[in-house]
Amino acid sequence: MRFVSCLLRMIALATLLALQPGAASAQGSPQAAEEAFTRLGADSFSDTNRAIEILIANAHPQAAVIIEALADGRLLAGGGAVVVKTKDGKLLDAKTGAALASEPPGLSAVRLNNGVRRTIQAALGGLGLLNPDAGKRIAAAEAVFKSRDASLLPVLEGAIAKESDARAKAALRQAQAAILIAKPDAPPFDRIAAVDVLRERGDQDALATLRSLPGDSSAGLREAQGRAVSAIESKLALWRAGQNLWYGLSLGSVLLLAAIGLAITFGVMGVINMAHGEMVMLGAYTTFIVQELIRTRFPGLFDYSLLIAVPLAFLVAGLVGIAIERGVIRFLYGRPLETLLATWGISLILQQAVRTAFGPTNREVGAPNFMSGAFEIGQLAITWNRLWIIVFAGLVFAALLAILKLTPIGLQMRAVTQNRRMASAMGIRTGRVDALTFGLGSGVAGLAGVALSQIDNVSPNLGQSYIIDSFMVVVFGGVGNLWGTLVGAMTLGIANKLLEPYAGAVLGKIALLVFIILFIQKRPRGLFAQKGRAVEA
Amino acid sequence: MITRFLIQGMDKRGLVFLAVLVALAVLVPLANLLLPPGSILHVPTSAMSLWGKYLCYALLAISLDLVWGYCGILSLGHGAFFALGGYAMGMYLMRQIGSRGTYGNPILPDFMVFLNWSELPWYWYGFSSFPFAVLMVLAVPGLLAFVFGWFAFRSRVTGVYLSIITQALTYALLLAFFRNDMGFGGNNGLTDFKEIVGFNVQAQSTRAALFSMTCVMLIAGFLIARGIVSSKLGKVVIAIRDAESRTRFLGYRVDRFKLFVFTVSACMAGVAGALYVPQVGIINPSEFAPANSIETVIWVAVGGRGTLVGAALGAVVVNYAKTVFTSGFMAPYWLFALGALFVFVTIFMPKGILGTAQDWWARRKAPPEASPAAEPAPAE
Repeated sequence: MRFVSCLLRMIALATLLALQPGAASAQGSPQAAEEAFTRLGADSFSDTNRAIEILIANAHPQAAVIIEALADGRLLAGGGAVVVKTKDGKLLDAKTGAALASEPPGLSAVRLNNGVRRTIQAALGGLGLLNPDAGKRIAAAEAVFKSRDASLLPVLEGAIAKESDARAKAALRQAQAAILIAKPDAPPFDRIAAVDVLRERGDQDALATLRSLPGDSSAGLREAQGRAVSAIESKLALWRAGQNLWYGLSLGSVLLLAAIGLAITFGVMGVINMAHGEMVMLGAYTTFIVQELIRTRFPGLFDYSLLIAVPLAFLVAGLVGIAIERGVIRFLYGRPLETLLATWGISLILQQAVRTAFGPTNREVGAPNFMSGAFEIGQLAITWNRLWIIVFAGLVFAALLAILKLTPIGLQMRAVTQNRRMASAMGIRTGRVDALTFGLGSGVAGLAGVALSQIDNVSPNLGQSYIIDSFMVVVFGGVGNLWGTLVGAMTLGIANKLLEPYAGAVLGKIALLVFIILFIQKRPRGLFAQKGRAVEA
Repeated sequence: MITRFLIQGMDKRGLVFLAVLVALAVLVPLANLLLPPGSILHVPTSAMSLWGKYLCYALLAISLDLVWGYCGILSLGHGAFFALGGYAMGMYLMRQIGSRGTYGNPILPDFMVFLNWSELPWYWYGFSSFPFAVLMVLAVPGLLAFVFGWFAFRSRVTGVYLSIITQALTYALLLAFFRNDMGFGGNNGLTDFKEIVGFNVQAQSTRAALFSMTCVMLIAGFLIARGIVSSKLGKVVIAIRDAESRTRFLGYRVDRFKLFVFTVSACMAGVAGALYVPQVGIINPSEFAPANSIETVIWVAVGGRGTLVGAALGAVVVNYAKTVFTSGFMAPYWLFALGALFVFVTIFMPKGILGTAQDWWARRKAPPEASPAAEPAPAE
């Protein structure tokens, strides 16, 4: 059976080649090249078209130069000579590429019309297929895949036969398949084989190509196409889910960065810092200032601007945080709701201060080289900035975990979280722990600001847009330990992005808010709740 | 019984407050309608509308003081109930426009015609009738508060957690009302009102009537709140504020008391919103913004938490200051002032204007050693 199908395919291919006399028989013959130059000299549109086809089919060494010159109107003909005028005005013999000493008489530019231009476009695509660089061949094959220009079929077949690079070969085959699908007079067998090739390719373009199959195709072909379409669709759905998962991870890491500082201060001190979003904003503006300084003073350091901004943002936000704690919150212990109001007031003041200093408009923060651009894994598009933010969030999380578990101040923070009065009785200076905790939480918010400056608008309202989401993360994850924040942020981020395609961005968000409101009823202290009597106090 | 309550339950402060409101309700519209514009005592219509707005805020502040000042529930989502009441009234006013809208459709409001809707959504039915609209002004916020509170209080969500989820509630509503598909006019909200119960909304006399009505509702709201907090039930509510667990162990169903107060308060906020909308002429989703709800809290804190009169006073003072600030050259500094107010009041004036003034008065009148024991400070 295999043998028969193989045989049939070969016969079909042979027939196809036989049907293209110009392409197949004139391959490589000098007469054909001569004919092409005669036809160019004749300067009629149909002759020019034919001449281009012959040049391509013969893979004439000067074909690229000639066709490019033709496209630019730099191909001159007259008196039996065909001359290429280079961009800097030199004259070359079109046949050999040798420079001409004198201008032959009676030259005029070979004329173009839209038909010729189309042929040129296709021919340039065909030329790319024969390019010695495999990358260029793949690009050309992609172009043919999109244009589905049937006139390039012979060139493609020739290229496939010669191709040694596996990836280029696959690309060429896909281009061939795309043409065959759209070509009703191609042998049915080839077209079914083409469906398989496209199915293997399995992306959005392959799907579109398959869907474009003419309705009057044979039943067998249509069945194969139907199967291939559903196979690709289910595969694409998986990829899409993967992409949404990636977006979710990205959003989750942003939420984690924004919320983790809040979780620390809330966990240790039991106060909700409504000015937390403004600490994020301060971090973003610190990044902006660092970049401005680097731009004007040391342009060479631009790629390191974020690295420089990270410690500075931590310091700026952390110091402001400590100032807030010492100046305001200290006086409000035991009154968490009043603290909430006072920090809200501080947030208003900070917002307005930044608005007065930097103006209400968005500030431009550039991306260093290593954070711009994207790459693809299969059908996943992954941008570098999102990837780095996930990495950054992971690092910040690990660092905080290490601080809490391994350092003396971390030990003291945990002690105060669990039982403030007992810790105080054991000689821990709770006031100092509070100030440092607040500074740490605010500093982490500043770090979040550095990251957010890469993906969001740096404006005085930056913090406001994250504060409610951060609260949701903290309330959902609980304040018992940092893992709660991690799980909360990732759950909310991923759930948000997975809901988005079905419910839309806004409805998805509303659904999540309602979910959290209901969830709190079930577990009033979040996923990872603190336990023990101290909690109720 | 009611008269007995009025005499016994009312302290001097409350009586002064009521007297002022009654005087306002009568004198301001008269000064607006009867006195010629040149007279010194004439009240311009714009000023009357502005003060009408303040009084709506005062009613909202009283409703919040009822739950925060007396029951210890810091709701950061009271703006949601206010806006829902406003939307219910706005829907009624939209239906009153009839075929006088830009598109002249007798049934559909303009924005629905604009969005190519073919028929009225079911939840708009009935809003052409004023009594139904009034019912909804009370029922929608009340029902939401009841359902929300039923879940929240039963599972003993308290303190900061409760504040955060009330904020989530109003934020979710904000997002929802911004959507065009919801059928509430999207981000433009409801506006271009023509008439209310047959009277032109823009007319001077209608505005005067609305002002009086606001005063009357404020009096009613104050009396209801006063009645609740000075009743036996009110004693339990205050006990919940000061020691929730202890009250529960004494055998009171804490969640039910909280639910009752919360629902009544939400209805009151809804009424405030309903009076607000015809006076300012528009309702849009920004009323749901969490920042608005937090601002309401600061009015109560400024005036004096747990005093009712103070809440109303705070609403008027802060909003008057806002008008003065934002209309002059100091406009860019308003947020500084408001922010500083939040910080200053929470640190230096935890009892608000009224509480601080009262303390000062008491100290001045009584010799230091015989000063009456201060009321126990409300716990969180």
